[in-house]
Amino acid sequence: MSTKSTKGIWKVISASSMGTMIEWYDFYIFGSLAVVISTKFFPADNPTAAFLATLATFAVGFVVRPFGALFFGRLGDLIGRKYTFMVTLLLMGGATFLIGCIPSYETIGFMAPLLVLVLRMLQGLALGGEYGGAATYVAEHAPVGQRGYWTSWIQTTATVGLFISLMVILATRNVLTPEQFDLWGWRVPFWVSIIMVGVSYLIRKNMDESPVFAKAKSEGKTSTNPLKESFGNRYNLKFVLLALFGATMGQGVVWYTGQFYAMSFMKTVMSIDSSQVDTLLGIALILGTPFFIVFGWLSDKVGRKYIMMGGMLLAILLYRPIYKTMYETTSVKNKTEIVANTKVVSELKENTKQTMDSIYTTNKEYSDGTTFLEVKTVSLENGKAKIVDGKPKIETKTTININWNDKWTLIFLIFIQVIFVTMVYGPIAAFLVEMFPVKIRYTSMSLPYHVGNGIFGGLLPAISTYFVINAKEAGNPEFYLEGLWYPIVIAAVSFVVGMIYIKNKDKNTHI
Amino acid sequence: MNQIKRALGLVWIALAAAAAYFCIFTFGLPKFMSGKQEDLVFGIIILFILTPLIVLGLGTFGYYSLMGDYDEKK
Repeated sequence: MSTKSTKGIWKVISASSMGTMIEWYDFYIFGSLAVVISTKFFPADNPTAAFLATLATFAVGFVVRPFGALFFGRLGDLIGRKYTFMVTLLLMGGATFLIGCIPSYETIGFMAPLLVLVLRMLQGLALGGEYGGAATYVAEHAPVGQRGYWTSWIQTTATVGLFISLMVILATRNVLTPEQFDLWGWRVPFWVSIIMVGVSYLIRKNMDESPVFAKAKSEGKTSTNPLKESFGNRYNLKFVLLALFGATMGQGVVWYTGQFYAMSFMKTVMSIDSSQVDTLLGIALILGTPFFIVFGWLSDKVGRKYIMMGGMLLAILLYRPIYKTMYETTSVKNKTEIVANTKVVSELKENTKQTMDSIYTTNKEYSDGTTFLEVKTVSLENGKAKIVDGKPKIETKTTININWNDKWTLIFLIFIQVIFVTMVYGPIAAFLVEMFPVKIRYTSMSLPYHVGNGIFGGLLPAISTYFVINAKEAGNPEFYLEGLWYPIVIAAVSFVVGMIYIKNKDKNTHI
Repeated sequence: MNQIKRALGLVWIALAAAAAYFCIFTFGLPKFMSGKQEDLVFGIIILFILTPLIVLGLGTFGYYSLMGDYDEKK
């Protein structure tokens, strides 16, 4: 292993990373195109279809991924890493391509949302099996003492996959007219997947099996029942639990806070224009992504434990000050309004003979260049305000466009959060691989990873939003910070467990 | 350090019990019974996925800690 040439390792890295990146791409395009997909497959006025839409979002992220980890992890420990993560690649690519082929709800009725749900679940299964395979495959090829560095390339794929998905969608939108995109163009990013998967399959097909697994198999040292040995054996189960509560649980919430909660916070709580938020996040991610490699490399020098725990501790201590600064930087309460430029326009929009909307549009400008747009829609019925749940039905949508100074401040504050992400996530593949023996490695490391990320991390938006809404209703002036208690508490528990129970392994650990 | 690990075992077990109460009575049941479909799915996930995971997982982790499974000598 130590004599393996750098060229050979790069071949392994590129084959593994490309496939994993494509799987993330496939996973993210569904989310990125959620609005279009919902109009095609999940009509909002149909409660059953809306229920299936919620299932398609929740079930995949929280329930199916850990099952995929178990199913494919077992296969990977029985028949080999290479064949298993080729199956997950084909499964993901096939499911993604087929989502792009399903006729709309208008054409085939309930079969449409049902098929989407089934294919989305297959995507979740495939994703659950892919990551553990790729991380294990790369780690088992990597020279001793450099495992953190080489596996960190796999860690960049989730972020890169998100980028590529956004770029393919953007390119498709630019090439087509809005009508064409809405009619059939949204299917193109799904179809593109099959080409990428085909290329990746051909590259992976020519790769060798992991040398560590091949050796164990030739010596008859592989497991006959990886699930039982991983979770039915107290000695191994204690490490699975330690990996979950001491590392992946905290890593999952830090990852979701830095990349997704930051985005939703800026869009919904700070009301910043959606395209501005995408740009800010994109710049912060581009600047931050190389640090996955930096911290992976550094973990080979100082150990995985202290880098990951350092990332968690910084997140615990700094989340509230960071989010407070973000909020106050763009809050119009802290800015000087140019009153002479304020415009209020009102109009009536007739919906039916009995119902109409009274729309008030307010434009404000501030001395630092910030602009504020508020559209207040009052629903009227027979000339009077429509009452829903005992209150007049009024919808208010606010959009703030910020200036470049504020943009750079926000980019810096998101970048810091991405650095926390890279600290906890960069070394974790190597950390998990080194925790378990070769014969049950794929199974044992996949489950805590997907439970930590899919369940503890994936639930973050819903739970944090719940805290924010409760605090707002209770009149808490700092309601916008309350959602952070979930990642802070989870990361704090993980930090204590990690610091006390996890050993900082020698960089020359053999696997 | 082994004594600290064992003592913390009790903390993890207590935390699992507290999390169970919080997940069931503060999150899960209110969502489960809110009558809204999006809340129903969320309630099901909290009650049948997250709660058992935390209670059984953290509880077992605490028990193993208390029993000395994570002691240095082992």
